[in-house]
Amino acid sequence: MNERVEVRKTYKLFVGGAFPRSESGRTYEVLDFEGDFLANAAKASRKDGRDAVLAARKSFGAWSAATAYNRGQVLYRIAEVMEGRRDQFIADIASAEGVVGLDAPRIVDAAIDRWVWYAGWADKVAQVLGTTNPVAGPYFNFSIPEPTGVVVAVAPQASSLLGLVSVIAPIIVTGNACVVIASTERPLPAITLTEVLATSDVIGGVINVLTGDPAEIMPWLASHADVNALDLTGITDPALATELEIAAADTVKRVRRAAPDEDWHEPATLSRIRGFVETKTVWHPLGV
Amino acid sequence: MTVTFPAALAGATTSAASLRQFLHGLPGVDEVGAAARAASLGTRSVKAASKSWAIDLAIRMVDLTTLEGMDSPGKVRAMCAKALRPDPTDPSAPPVAAVCVYGDLVAAARSVVGDSVHVAAVATAFPSGRASLAVKLLDTRDAVAAGADEIDMVIDRGAFLSGEYQRVFDEIVAVKEVCGGAHLKVILETGELRTLDNVRRASWLAMLAGADFIKTSTGKVVPAATPPVALVMLEAVRDFEALTGRLIGVKAAGGIRTSKDAIKYLVIVNETVGDRWLTPDLFRFGASTLLNDLLQQRQRMASGHYSGPDYVTID
Repeated sequence: MNERVEVRKTYKLFVGGAFPRSESGRTYEVLDFEGDFLANAAKASRKDGRDAVLAARKSFGAWSAATAYNRGQVLYRIAEVMEGRRDQFIADIASAEGVVGLDAPRIVDAAIDRWVWYAGWADKVAQVLGTTNPVAGPYFNFSIPEPTGVVVAVAPQASSLLGLVSVIAPIIVTGNACVVIASTERPLPAITLTEVLATSDVIGGVINVLTGDPAEIMPWLASHADVNALDLTGITDPALATELEIAAADTVKRVRRAAPDEDWHEPATLSRIRGFVETKTVWHPLGV
Repeated sequence: MTVTFPAALAGATTSAASLRQFLHGLPGVDEVGAAARAASLGTRSVKAASKSWAIDLAIRMVDLTTLEGMDSPGKVRAMCAKALRPDPTDPSAPPVAAVCVYGDLVAAARSVVGDSVHVAAVATAFPSGRASLAVKLLDTRDAVAAGADEIDMVIDRGAFLSGEYQRVFDEIVAVKEVCGGAHLKVILETGELRTLDNVRRASWLAMLAGADFIKTSTGKVVPAATPPVALVMLEAVRDFEALTGRLIGVKAAGGIRTSKDAIKYLVIVNETVGDRWLTPDLFRFGASTLLNDLLQQRQRMASGHYSGPDYVTID
């Protein structure tokens, strides 16, 4: 019997709920932790970044207007679909990060649990971060958190799944739309995640995943006037981080600074959610 | 109307039969070929310096349009202010070619733009064209009296498709007459004409009847302007100029929303009729959202970083 012909993989980007090739037509080789060929991934250009921001902006209206309860359900649904692909994620993590034994399943479980954890926050954020304020006048005065808008994030380079999920989930749970650049050398778990996102009720464009080199794409997105915030978590080069923060200052973006050494197995906190919301305060006349 | 045509065209407009014979004698359009040609022109790479020039040219070619039932004098005035000075943050941004409004809002538009920008009015029972000739003429007279110096008329597509070319021809001639000094743009509504053969025939019909401009669409029918349609119309304009020496303008309207699309059209114009047509006097874009995208691209070229919708006005 003939040997089966291998199905070679050339993965694509995830922009606006679709899977386009890079506008530049470029790809790069993804290697496993031992340096053997795994697959080809699209190498995003600045124009792919621009298209992703357009897609994110387009989806922001519907996503931020969805009820908090509904957003929580959608995040929970992502966890559900990930659960069904658990084995694929475990294989991806094992080949990308070289983790052995029970570590790979543990990482995947932690990533799924993280979605569930953030899903629960969707309709509780306002209670915790919002408040009523005592004022000296006949007004009912209250402050509520609102999503910042379009957030561009650089996912952690080492923790290719758990780190990625820990970056995306807190951004979108409050109604932001995001463009995330996956780990450059370990993009496969992120690519598998896009296949999950495409089938889990997330509005197309709310999460856009680019693969490629942050040093090439990020300067354009950091200065992009239609981006409202940056999450530089996965930037490992301090000089690049500084350059991006300076570029972001021109349009007064919110910036979460680079944190290449963050331990993703630590329990999550509200910090990341709080980093990408704006507080709106309303004065409402009393009485009448 | 007393336009004299050379021998090749002289007989065409003498009777309904000769008009039909002429229009049906036009060579057929190769639809696949036209689509392929338009697509191949769309792939031209335009480098930064040319792009910056093309964006400014495209801005100068825009007929900034609002044709909604909810238009109000206030909205039209706001749009006119934008037409005069599209980018308040950058005085070097040129004004647009014209504003395009319904006939009853011409006065409101004129009061803001003065003589700096043309005011175009849609007339003749826009967008369907379903009214008697008397009503259409009154509609046109009304707009001209209110100060419109460009009239966008629609042809009667029902008559055209049922072969009553003479009736369509006579209507255009009659409207042209009441236009007086105002430029007449004839809207073919190519989305309803079904075939490129019909687009070519309608283009010739309009030009023979005295149109100053031929315009693709009302913007109310999908598909509106498409590159193959523009290509066929530009070819008709080119052939008409070769026979008569008269330069007819073309206006692509509806569905052009990005700078990239606009530049594709400019390439098609340049490659089909030449750079004489690369002027607001002979080529226009009918658009409302296109201008914002052009301005964002302009800001991007000036500042070196991508701009966003927060930096242009919302119409």
